[in-house]
Amino acid sequence: MSSETLISAKDLTVGYNVGKGFFDRTVLKAVNEVSVEIKRGSFFGLVGESGSGKTTFGRALLKAAPITGGAATFTDGQVSYNLATLAGDELKDYRKRAQLIFQDPYAALSPRMTVRDIIAEPLEVMKLTKTREETDARVREIAAKCRLNLEHLRRFPHAFSGGQRQRISIARALVSGPKFIVADESVAALDVSIQADVLNLLKQLQKDLGLTFLFISHDLSVVAHTCDHVAVMYLGRLVESAPTRQLFAAPRHPYTKALFSAIPSLDPDDRGSAQKLVGEIPSPLNQPSGCKFHTRCPNAIDKCRTIEPTLENPGDGHAVSCHRWRELLGAETTA
Amino acid sequence: MTSLIDVENLTLSFRTDEGLVTAVDDVSFSLGKGEVMGLVGESGSGKSVTAKALMQLNPGNAVYDPRSKITLHDEGREVDVLSLRKSAELKIVRGGAISMIFQEPMASFAPAITIGNQMVEQLQIHTGMTKAKAKEISIEMLDRVGISDPSKRFDQYVFELSGGMRQRAMIAMALSTNPKLLIADEPTTALDVTIQAQVIDLMKDLVNEFHMGIIFITHDLGVIAQTADKVCVMYLGRIVEEGPVREVIRNPKHPYTRGLIAALPRFDDLDAPLTPVPGDIPSPLERPTGCVFHTRCREIIGDVCKRDLPENRWVDPSHRVACHLHAKTPAQTEAVR
Ligand SMILES: Nc1ncnc2c1ncn2[C@@H]1O[C@H](COP(=O)(O)OP(=O)(O)OP(=O)(O)O)[C@@H](O)[C@H]1O
Ligand SMILES: Nc1ncnc2c1ncn2[C@@H]1O[C@H](COP(=O)(O)OP(=O)(O)OP(=O)(O)O)[C@@H](O)[C@H]1O
Ligand code: SF4
Ligand code: SF4
Ligand SMILES: [Mg+2]
Ligand SMILES: [Mg+2]
Repeated sequence: MSSETLISAKDLTVGYNVGKGFFDRTVLKAVNEVSVEIKRGSFFGLVGESGSGKTTFGRALLKAAPITGGAATFTDGQVSYNLATLAGDELKDYRKRAQLIFQDPYAALSPRMTVRDIIAEPLEVMKLTKTREETDARVREIAAKCRLNLEHLRRFPHAFSGGQRQRISIARALVSGPKFIVADESVAALDVSIQADVLNLLKQLQKDLGLTFLFISHDLSVVAHTCDHVAVMYLGRLVESAPTRQLFAAPRHPYTKALFSAIPSLDPDDRGSAQKLVGEIPSPLNQPSGCKFHTRCPNAIDKCRTIEPTLENPGDGHAVSCHRWRELLGAETTA
Repeated sequence: MTSLIDVENLTLSFRTDEGLVTAVDDVSFSLGKGEVMGLVGESGSGKSVTAKALMQLNPGNAVYDPRSKITLHDEGREVDVLSLRKSAELKIVRGGAISMIFQEPMASFAPAITIGNQMVEQLQIHTGMTKAKAKEISIEMLDRVGISDPSKRFDQYVFELSGGMRQRAMIAMALSTNPKLLIADEPTTALDVTIQAQVIDLMKDLVNEFHMGIIFITHDLGVIAQTADKVCVMYLGRIVEEGPVREVIRNPKHPYTRGLIAALPRFDDLDAPLTPVPGDIPSPLERPTGCVFHTRCREIIGDVCKRDLPENRWVDPSHRVACHLHAKTPAQTEAVR
């Protein structure tokens, strides 16, 4: 990892118009003023409640969800793109440089195309190669990196297992030579024995090809093992962001603490010891006042109900958005 | 424990362009009332196909071996599930006594009908309750699975919900008819842990409250450890190990189960490399001879594994394993371990 920033988001906001009818202009802020810096060559993890805006944030960085507020920049050597306004040829160029690995290797692959054609398609769509020979050479090169052989390339995807299909999706995402990869729940559908293999492959590819990952996952043990930096989202807001070790050793936000303690223990005699968050996730259309987590926070005080905390960065790279984080340092959440 | 469902010698192939593909091979297990069974295994190992067989939900190209038998014990009746033909009979196992939460939430909901209307319709088919009552129960179930604004969500379409919310809506729909057996196929995969913990609690409550049996399909052994009484481990269509959850997790007997446990990322050592089970799962068209796991087994003994199918052996009254390591006399078994 270098100290150069590849992706920088500043108060990035994605709002969807969800009003029913012409006069109802209700906006759902799926991502709400999120600021992060993703360093070149890093494996940046994004975790959080379902519906917290992880996928939307990833899609916004890929120009697949509308940026309605704030800014995001992609800086790679000579090029620097403002993602909010990117269009035309620059957008085409950006599509080569930033790619998505799909979550579901079953749904994502067309059953009627051979593996070779599936991997080659982005090259053909983006007109990156001139001859069939050139395409084939590129496909073979990337397939080999993803441990797929020539025999595999001739077959159809249904003849493959989940792990192999995920490797096909990865090869397809990498074939255009991108620098930035959004991996959205990319190993969620895989069995653990295969998951470890795909994660090792992603790490290897990151090193070999100098890739930068935004790794979205709800599996905290996977995130702990693969990412060097982790950001935590709740209801569209970034609530905590820190180097992985620091975050797991000493989480600062009450939501992050609850998240960690809810991880199911592998010990069958340790049932029910998990800290359970009470209450439901508030509707994104009817968000709580003050701190968005106060309706479920075991540490909430009056102030939390009226004043929204801002993201503080105390200078150690471990940012947190909570009025009480200093007071609560070292203390267990009391549910 | 009174048996709720008995599966005997379930063997099932699919007719495909490339010939017959074996998906489930000689699977037998029993589940008692109020018992929670975890079903784990590689992707493609036949977990979903096994589960769907209990409701006859496999598609028309499925071919059942005639030895296959599934018996459901429902309020004094014995239902021979695989002999059910007419849709009126099939109602018993489809959404009646048995309900299933699918792996793909999108598959359970029709895209053009609101979530609420689908729940109401399903309740009316299976219980004959009034529309108003069905609506009340549906909203209550949506609330119980942790969906905010349940009466508003009731009128929404599935595409308007986030992945996790879809999963919860589906769980609500499956539970609303109060089934005897709930099959949950990867029900918490799309959920984050705080909600997963709630859903797991909800499922435990249901077992206690309604004495419902649950088959929990997941690849998360942590979830199994937290919920299941017993576990069946599948590999390439066969159950390779079955036992009480404590035994299987603490003292796994089959090399595949051991590999699965070793592959889990641990929190206690973030630097430890992840250790996958080596190799790829063989294509369903190239089923290995002998022990189906021999192409990836770290503990392979030799030709016997490549040649002979290992038989199930009960290593204690509730723990069985299909592996040549355990087919020998106890002394030799210890020696090779
Ligand atoms: N196209 C859309 N129109 C309206 N609302 C949307 C749209 N896409 C997403 N949303 C809403 O935005 C919020 C964030 O959704 P998103 O899919 O980003 O969450 P997520 O963190 O990825 O959740 P999950 O873990 O369940 O995948 C949710 O409330 C969702 O319902
Ligand atoms: N309709 C079908 N036609 C042909 N083959 C099928 C069909 N349905 C399933 N199979 C095959 O049967 C085998 C078992 O599939 P199944 O869906 O039960 O796996 P699984 O254990 O549930 O995997 P996962 O964890 O990925 O969900 C696979 O090889 C699959 O490709
Ligand atoms: S600001 Fe208050 S409610 Fe929000 S996380 Fe901190 S203590 Fe909890
Ligand atoms: S029978 Fe042989 S190949 Fe199969 S699991 Fe046992 S030791 Fe490994
Ligand atoms: Mg998502
Ligand atoms: Mg399945």
